[in-house]
Amino acid sequence: MIRFENVSVTYDGAAEPTVRGVDFEVPEGELVLLAGPSGVGKSTVLGAVSGLVPHFTGGTLAGRVTVAGRDTRTHKPRELADVVGTVGQDPLSHFVTDTVEDELAYGMESLGLPPEVMRRRVEETLDLLGLAGLRDRPLATLSGGQQQRVAIGSVLTPHPRVLVLDEPTSALDPAAAEEVLAVVQRLVHDLGTTVLMAEHRLERVVQYADRVALLPAPGAPLVLGTPAEMMAVSPVYPPVVGLGRLAGWSPLPLTVRDARRRAGALRERLAERQDPGPSADPAAAPVRLPTPTSPPPSVRRARRLLGRPRLTAPDPASSPVAEVRGLAVRRGRVRALRRVDLALAPGETVALMGRNGAGKSTLLGSLVGLVQPASGVVRVGGAEPYRTPPRELVRRVGLVPQEPRDLLYADTVAAECAAADRDAEAAPGTCRALVAELLPGVADGTHPRDLSEGQRLALALAVVLTARPPLVLLDEPTRGLDYAAKARLITHLRGLARDGHTIVLATHDVELAAELADRVVLLAEGEVIADGPTADVVVSSPSYAPQVTKILAPQRWLTVAQVREALR
Amino acid sequence: MRDAGVHPGAWWLWALGLGTAATRTTNPLLLALLLAVSAYVVTTCRPDTPWSRSYGAFLKLGLAVLLVRLLFAVVLGSPIPGTHVLVTLPEVPLPHWAQGIRLGGRVTAEGLLFAAYDALRLATLLVCVGAANALASPTRLLKTLPGALYETGVAVVVALTFAPNLVADVQRLRAARRLRGRPDRGVRGLLQVGLPVLEGALERSVALAAAMDSRGYGRTADVPASVRRTTAALTLGGLLGVCAGTYGLLTAAGGGYGLPVLLAGLAAALAGLRLGGRRTPRTRYRPDRWTVRACLVAGSGAAVAALLTLAASADPAALHPGVVPLTAPALPLWPAAAVLLGLLPAFAAPAGRAEPTAASRSAEPAVRSEAADHAEPRRSPRSAGRAESAAPAAARARPAARIQAAVGAEPAESPDPRESSKSSKSYKSSPSEEPPS
Repeated sequence: MIRFENVSVTYDGAAEPTVRGVDFEVPEGELVLLAGPSGVGKSTVLGAVSGLVPHFTGGTLAGRVTVAGRDTRTHKPRELADVVGTVGQDPLSHFVTDTVEDELAYGMESLGLPPEVMRRRVEETLDLLGLAGLRDRPLATLSGGQQQRVAIGSVLTPHPRVLVLDEPTSALDPAAAEEVLAVVQRLVHDLGTTVLMAEHRLERVVQYADRVALLPAPGAPLVLGTPAEMMAVSPVYPPVVGLGRLAGWSPLPLTVRDARRRAGALRERLAERQDPGPSADPAAAPVRLPTPTSPPPSVRRARRLLGRPRLTAPDPASSPVAEVRGLAVRRGRVRALRRVDLALAPGETVALMGRNGAGKSTLLGSLVGLVQPASGVVRVGGAEPYRTPPRELVRRVGLVPQEPRDLLYADTVAAECAAADRDAEAAPGTCRALVAELLPGVADGTHPRDLSEGQRLALALAVVLTARPPLVLLDEPTRGLDYAAKARLITHLRGLARDGHTIVLATHDVELAAELADRVVLLAEGEVIADGPTADVVVSSPSYAPQVTKILAPQRWLTVAQVREALR
Repeated sequence: MRDAGVHPGAWWLWALGLGTAATRTTNPLLLALLLAVSAYVVTTCRPDTPWSRSYGAFLKLGLAVLLVRLLFAVVLGSPIPGTHVLVTLPEVPLPHWAQGIRLGGRVTAEGLLFAAYDALRLATLLVCVGAANALASPTRLLKTLPGALYETGVAVVVALTFAPNLVADVQRLRAARRLRGRPDRGVRGLLQVGLPVLEGALERSVALAAAMDSRGYGRTADVPASVRRTTAALTLGGLLGVCAGTYGLLTAAGGGYGLPVLLAGLAAALAGLRLGGRRTPRTRYRPDRWTVRACLVAGSGAAVAALLTLAASADPAALHPGVVPLTAPALPLWPAAAVLLGLLPAFAAPAGRAEPTAASRSAEPAVRSEAADHAEPRRSPRSAGRAESAAPAAARARPAARIQAAVGAEPAESPDPRESSKSSKSYKSSPSEEPPS
């Protein structure tokens, strides 16, 4: 269905080809996962399927790409529109119209399908994707998961034989991601659609793939094989594979279910080391609770009222860095937050979790004074953020927004650092030193736009840290990061926590929360529904439990690193 | 629901009719009546979309126009001779070359009243445009463009959705300034985010262009060269004809040939557009149809405009109450009755505000059968909600049964035989299309 014949792509002005010698074939009705670290050219390969590379992006494509027998050299993207459906990372930039129903019909209108066919397919697609209740809604009012489903639906209505998805779940909470992936799987199974998908969060997708196309390093040739084979050699792999590699299982299990069947022996070995004690890395907080059951609701409620975790608060006597009491926030008619209580102790790492639109970003926003509280009290270092002038506030709290680029204005890294020093009234060179530490080997003259996602995040973090705020907030820090960039981020953040910074992360990434957080606060519909030590909260929740926890339940391990430590 | 909607063109005609009527009179009572009529129709007929809230914004705009006009009348004085002096402002002496302009001086009740009448007329016109906006968004109107102009229409729709995105970008970046410890309010803050906002907008438009390209925007069908040439000739010739005809109408000499040439040019241009539509193989999803209701809506607007124009020539005194001497305006009876005709849409086409029922809101995908979808438009909008809640039950039947039910139900549900034959035809063509599940 899709055939790449010795394809190399060189963009204009680039010395080296972005991808070289790509040669593979995807047969009809298969779901192929394109995996690899950032910057190896996954998006280029995907773009070549829909013809956007090179017709839209420019550059030179050597070799031949054919889709359903059509050569992309002679067919422009619009002439492939009836066989290839493409959904990019950001569904909002994909939408042409303004309501769900019109968006679903747009592609068919362009292809000139008869009105009766259009009408029927829109209804079918609404049902297939579970969007029937949203048919008249303006697109801007939908949640992230709903938008992603509409974007997929909008390319499905012309019945393409090939679907190309670029990171379909990276912006979604675990439940919404499963929703989207279930739809993709249904398309493959029921309609025989061929799917080529790139995704960083392999733990979500690898079990659905028929085969994996791996781009192991920039310029390296693409290898295609079964998921188990590829995961054994891949530089990027989900925790389930990490655990499998650690335990030496072969073939590698890819699903939690397979891994659980194999894990009997491992569980026994780990059971002997009942109490791993504090691990070598104190910030990793591998707290193993004495009882495997989660505390009764009354205890949890009491703890929430106290606003302080039972086990991990470093020093109950120390005054909190930030305190939120009875906070309510309104956005128009929507009550974004209601009666939120939260206290943050020095040196603590807290993960805010919850589905898209639960109020995580709003809570972070009210901690940095971007959001005006409707009622309740927010205090950060004794000041009320909303009423504090920004110049003073940066010394108490810093936020790295969801899009780190928003924080960067200058043309070069050096200029950015100089501006950050001025803004924070820090000694010249403070920010540059931080950048050198977080982001070694970045030249002064680099434009922030040319950095990779992970590098940009590190630069934004350095800018925020220049004012040395005791409280650092990060909104969705791992969006678009590969495992290596994520591991570097985790190391940085652990270092910060060791230095006494309090860190709050709003994240959908359960693996990140498991690695990093001492405490997890779950939000739903603007209310705190659970607040406690990470192990405690995530173990009791099926959608927020990390893979290792699921595999080794009822024991309460969170990460591969903990298990490795225990087995040593 | 969109099915209950009247053709957007009808709403625009209705609103423009009311606006035209407003330009024919300065009687504040008639103008107030026009405002009340538009407000009543908007509140009863507007659909539940973000666009429909624009009426309030236009009301505020109208109020602003009124206030600005009054302010000018106070400061700059008014040419209306008046005897009732309300207040005398200190007059600023102006040099002789600014003769005829007065700053300050006497403010008379007559002058103010004249300005108020005048401004109210303009405000009413604006509010009527706002009503059209609220009742049928310009986006919907653009969708009714002929095929040859389709791509232009899409471009305008995209541009319209772009503005809200730009505003959101500015807000986000100003918030980000605060995070850097810079003041986020004030003009300087706004100026400094300008470049990043433009950069973001540019990137978004490139991404959107890529998405549109890969979804088939700009596909063209193969058209024989002869047709292409005819299209070009017709369109160009038609436009030239329109120009020449207009020139003829406007000059004194060419009174004889003006109108026929204009009409011929118009016809040629329209034919060209129609032929040009063949090059774009596009179809329209659920096009708005011009129904009896649309005729009623458009007709009521046109009637109001026509009757008030008539009244303005028949009884100018009643429609333009004098301000010198000061008199209380009287409500002329039959023009007022004519304005009330504009209320017709409120009864002919009330908004089918069928809230999504519990069934369609539930997590389980609520399947709406074709039968329900075809039947709905012809039911009264109030029963549409009931039709929806009944739909899932019908839809759980097997597809074949669904089709039978749809075809069987159609004649019973719709009194219009043309409609039912059309929908059953669509089922006959269906075997070529595989249903996905």
